[in-house]
Amino acid sequence: MNRYFKAKVIENLSLNSSHNLLTLEPIDPAAEPNPGQFYMIEAGDSYDPLLKRPFCYLQKTRETIQFLFRIRGKGTSLMRAFKKGKVISVIGPLGNGYPLPRKERTPLIVAGGTGIISLFSLINKLSHNCHVFYGARNKDELLLLHELEKLGNKLIVCTNDCSFGKEGMVNEVLSQFLSTNESIKTSCLIYTCGPKPMLQEITSIAVHAGISGYVSMEENMACGFGACQGCVVNTISGYKKVCKEGPVFPIEDIVWA
Amino acid sequence: MGLAVEIGSLKLKNPVMTASGTFGYGEEYSEFLDLNMLGAVVVKGISLKPMEGNPPPRICETPCGMLNAIGLQNIGLKRFLKEKLPYLRQFDTKIIVNILGNTIREYVRLSKELDDAGVDAIELNVSCPNVKKGGIIFGTDKRALSRLVLKVKQSSGKTLLITKLSPNVSDITEFARAAEESGSDALSLINTLRGMAIDIETRRPKLANIIGGLSGPAIKPIALRMVWEASQSVRIPVIGIGGIINARDAIEFMLAGATAIQVGTGNFINPMATIEIINGIRSYSEGKNIDNIRDIIGSIDGTAGHNNINL
Repeated sequence: MNRYFKAKVIENLSLNSSHNLLTLEPIDPAAEPNPGQFYMIEAGDSYDPLLKRPFCYLQKTRETIQFLFRIRGKGTSLMRAFKKGKVISVIGPLGNGYPLPRKERTPLIVAGGTGIISLFSLINKLSHNCHVFYGARNKDELLLLHELEKLGNKLIVCTNDCSFGKEGMVNEVLSQFLSTNESIKTSCLIYTCGPKPMLQEITSIAVHAGISGYVSMEENMACGFGACQGCVVNTISGYKKVCKEGPVFPIEDIVWA
Repeated sequence: MGLAVEIGSLKLKNPVMTASGTFGYGEEYSEFLDLNMLGAVVVKGISLKPMEGNPPPRICETPCGMLNAIGLQNIGLKRFLKEKLPYLRQFDTKIIVNILGNTIREYVRLSKELDDAGVDAIELNVSCPNVKKGGIIFGTDKRALSRLVLKVKQSSGKTLLITKLSPNVSDITEFARAAEESGSDALSLINTLRGMAIDIETRRPKLANIIGGLSGPAIKPIALRMVWEASQSVRIPVIGIGGIINARDAIEFMLAGATAIQVGTGNFINPMATIEIINGIRSYSEGKNIDNIRDIIGSIDGTAGHNNINL
């Protein structure tokens, strides 16, 4: 099964002013992804933008792969205009994805902003009852609320401006939760994805509380399959490629700048 | 219809190679294409000791191109010989090893060991713009380049020696001639052009290294001009590099005087680019009744005008 394939746009829904839901149908059979893996998607027909863009998948069905993306820059603006029937080239699934937790562990899923997209496939796959902590800047930026509620997990939502759910940052909400649920610390496992400052906060909370876990990282990348060596992050064992050794790393391995 | 070309004593089944630093050690692409089909694989630059490379961010996209400042991250000669070379040997393609060092002694040791190991060719990297020490000094100082090529030529035995030239000089022909006169068997050009990008919101450079090497279609006209100039000024074969994405680009370089070409950034956007280029060169030759692709090398018609208008 070739990880470089052509796919047809089946649907491209505008969810709000800054997010789209893109459904692709691979023309040839495509490999099954694991939660947290990503795809490189061709954004334009010309040389500008030149590089494919990396996106975690949201859902994979037998026929389709679904992506939810935020419009932030030239590539995603072009992707927003993808019409039904358009054929684009895609590489994936790429990267390692989230290791699934052992049965006795309670997963604490901590998502900031679009980080929920990478974690959604994990929540979907977990048979465990997990706790989901999800923060965004404001109500308009919250994604997949309905779907998350339907999955029946313990869901705590917060917004920086208190326009929905609890007020505050998701790291503050996680801290509060852990201080009132001391006993969970020995049996839980953190999975987190979001903006870097938030990930750094979550890491320090995890390390202080002695909780292990996984963090999904983001970096600029040219190829997505380990050739360009452009997408490294600093870890306790040196630079590691986000596209190949990542994007998911043990939370205690990342060396924050 | 023949696609074979010769770089000195090295016979290639076709003129399409991969550019160093864009193709890993071959393994990264083996799931996308049959390495047996390539004229040659040029591997990521190797130094004596492993190098960890520059801090991130290491790359950023620019109009029709990209900047990189990887900083020559590599696993070092020892691991290359032990882990990567045996893998590449399984394939019926030529193996060209790009080498880099801080001193002439380091280059000499690398070339000696690679000659002993029996690789098909050595490509001297004297033009990486992203490391502070060594390397680049040989690429931008004519006398330093001559000394280096001379010494490496003495230590590399029968292994073919290719000198990869830096475009960051005012007259490429002087460097092309210097490499030829010092015994280089072939030239490859161009490496990336020094460039820069700034985030106007944060006022920070987009690369941690501040300066990086520009590659991609944005540099193709410059690369083409330099390949044309260089091939006019030397007798040794010239390998064209710079923004080659498709077969039309590759043919342009060959018409300008390149005996073979390397695909670099093109591999990132289409991991099968090299194979599509080989097929494209074949259909071009068939369409134009060219018996042998060698016949088009340097066959640019210098009289201007009468070109197709493309609207």
